[in-house]
Amino acid sequence: MAVLRPAGEFDQSYAYDMATMRRRWQWLALAGFLALLYALPAYGSPSLVSFVNRAAMIIIAVQGLNILTGYTGQISLGQAAFMITGGYIAVLLVTRLDWNFFLALPVAAIGAGLVGLFFGLPSLRVKGFYLAMSTLAAQFIIPWFLRNAFPEVLNGAQGLNAPPPELFGVVFNQPGRFLYISLTVLIVTTVVAHNIGRSRLGRAFVAIRDQDLAAELLGINPFKYKLQAFFLAAVYAGLSGALFAFHLRHVNSETFSLNDSVILLGMLIAGGLGASVGPILGAVLIQGILELATMAGPAVSPFLPSAAAGAVQALRPLFFGVVLMVFLIFEPRGLAHRWSLIKAAWRLRPFSH
Amino acid sequence: MNWQLLPQFAVTGLLAGGPIALMALGLVLIFKSSYIFNFAQGQMMLIGTLVTWWLAVPMELPLWLAIILALLLSALLGLAIERLALRPLTGQPLLTIILMTLAVGQTLQGLALLLFGGAQRNFPQIFSAADPYRIVTPFIHNERNITIILKQNLVWSFVVAILLVVLIALFFQFTRTGLAMRAASEDHELAQGIGLRISRIFGISWAMAGVVATIGGILLATASGLDLSLSIVVLAAFPAALLGGLDSIPGVIVGGLLIGLTQGVASASSVQIVRSAAEIMPYVVLLIVLLIRPEGLFGRKRVERI
Repeated sequence: MAVLRPAGEFDQSYAYDMATMRRRWQWLALAGFLALLYALPAYGSPSLVSFVNRAAMIIIAVQGLNILTGYTGQISLGQAAFMITGGYIAVLLVTRLDWNFFLALPVAAIGAGLVGLFFGLPSLRVKGFYLAMSTLAAQFIIPWFLRNAFPEVLNGAQGLNAPPPELFGVVFNQPGRFLYISLTVLIVTTVVAHNIGRSRLGRAFVAIRDQDLAAELLGINPFKYKLQAFFLAAVYAGLSGALFAFHLRHVNSETFSLNDSVILLGMLIAGGLGASVGPILGAVLIQGILELATMAGPAVSPFLPSAAAGAVQALRPLFFGVVLMVFLIFEPRGLAHRWSLIKAAWRLRPFSH
Repeated sequence: MNWQLLPQFAVTGLLAGGPIALMALGLVLIFKSSYIFNFAQGQMMLIGTLVTWWLAVPMELPLWLAIILALLLSALLGLAIERLALRPLTGQPLLTIILMTLAVGQTLQGLALLLFGGAQRNFPQIFSAADPYRIVTPFIHNERNITIILKQNLVWSFVVAILLVVLIALFFQFTRTGLAMRAASEDHELAQGIGLRISRIFGISWAMAGVVATIGGILLATASGLDLSLSIVVLAAFPAALLGGLDSIPGVIVGGLLIGLTQGVASASSVQIVRSAAEIMPYVVLLIVLLIRPEGLFGRKRVERI
């Protein structure tokens, strides 16, 4: 999609050409929207606040997956395992070493990144679903390790409990306060992810995705960049997992499972691969549908006496599966693509050709 | 290593490899014809087995009739998945197709939970549970020969599974349809050029995969009961299929047995951490296979190297 610009608007400086947002009203609208989000605990209902809080944390994990799968084209079924890794590292740093949460968060992210780097090593030899299988192995080996290794530190299948984060005497112990942390981290990760996408690094990723041989001929070392993509994806997963661990105040080897990895991929597809708004749109949509399914469960259970207890959990995979199938068949490029079509149609109006 | 337990665990593991081989066969059938790696295999197995149970227990049909009807239904399910979910995606990138099979799996999992509930069920016994076989081995421990005790259903599941794999291998080798399917797996366009209907061949392989999945599920359910976690069991079959080679039917036997054997041997260890590693043994094997020999033991070399 060529970039459609209003007539008469020219780039008069390099900075103007490269700007993500060129108009002042766009910045104002963004600032207004963010202010509304930050002020949400003051006027939103508790369920809305906790939804936004959860969605913000999930978006971070999907953004990481977008770098790996959307830009670089490497399929990963192990994102949830790296989330757990980040959660464990952060909780251990805070509880064992008495670190402040805000110091432990970046360290946990980098720790998860290094683990991701290790499981990215097979990308040296294999790609496609062979690579998907090796990340699937991560999804089983990491939780097993956390469950069985060093029981005196990792506490086996019980997992670890986390204290609420604290900064300058403020204790972030409820969704209304935790929201500030997750939104702030989300803003940082969004800016970083967006700028990775339009820097040398991101262009190298896209080149590897589109044609790895051609990329290699251009002097891009595919293995190096793939490992960087794995590292970044796991860093994002680690951030998200550490936030979740402190939001739920608990982490164990089953906090995130293979299902969550699949859901993260589904969010990425629904939002749109390789677009920086993709993860945001997709995660909000799919998370909304999943929570709708949880709410609709009790409503349908009277009609299905055989499964009254199961209906609540049954609707989640059912809704998710059907929505994902519909997206794959009818809108494989996701909501981000549809959004850019809508924007183009608006700019071309009333002459649509 | 617990030497007196090793023979018992090794043989049990090897026998458990039979159903694993059967599940891996389902994956290979689909991969061979259409290059789709079917992550929904476990859920196809779950639905097929639940339908068998439903026909046999609440509907009180005789077990053989229930099994035949369920096999027909699973063939239809396989056909429907191919036609409705995967046909529209022809020519789409790999990620789309992998996600489609995952989405189908999620949908089927949700349907199974919705229609049948999540309770643990007793599946009707096909093979007698009492009266296990005893094999006296020549190995001596504490001045007594080590005896291996084998449950009947374990042995017979193994026999049925291996027979079925052999039967399908023969079908591929000696029938006209099998020949057509082998030709299609060689090259889609060439196969179409000599007048084979690719869409029909895809349909047949998905239907066969559905049938194979249900038989595997029934064999597992007779051994260990039936609940929704049955769909997870198939995850051990992915490494088996890769180990044997994704496009090799004899390979699934070797792959399945090796995976079962490593799991058995790991559980005979005297170190607790190694014993608990039995559950992830398939994935450790998988990582080793991917790093050393990505095409598997018997697969053709067509992994795109970088």
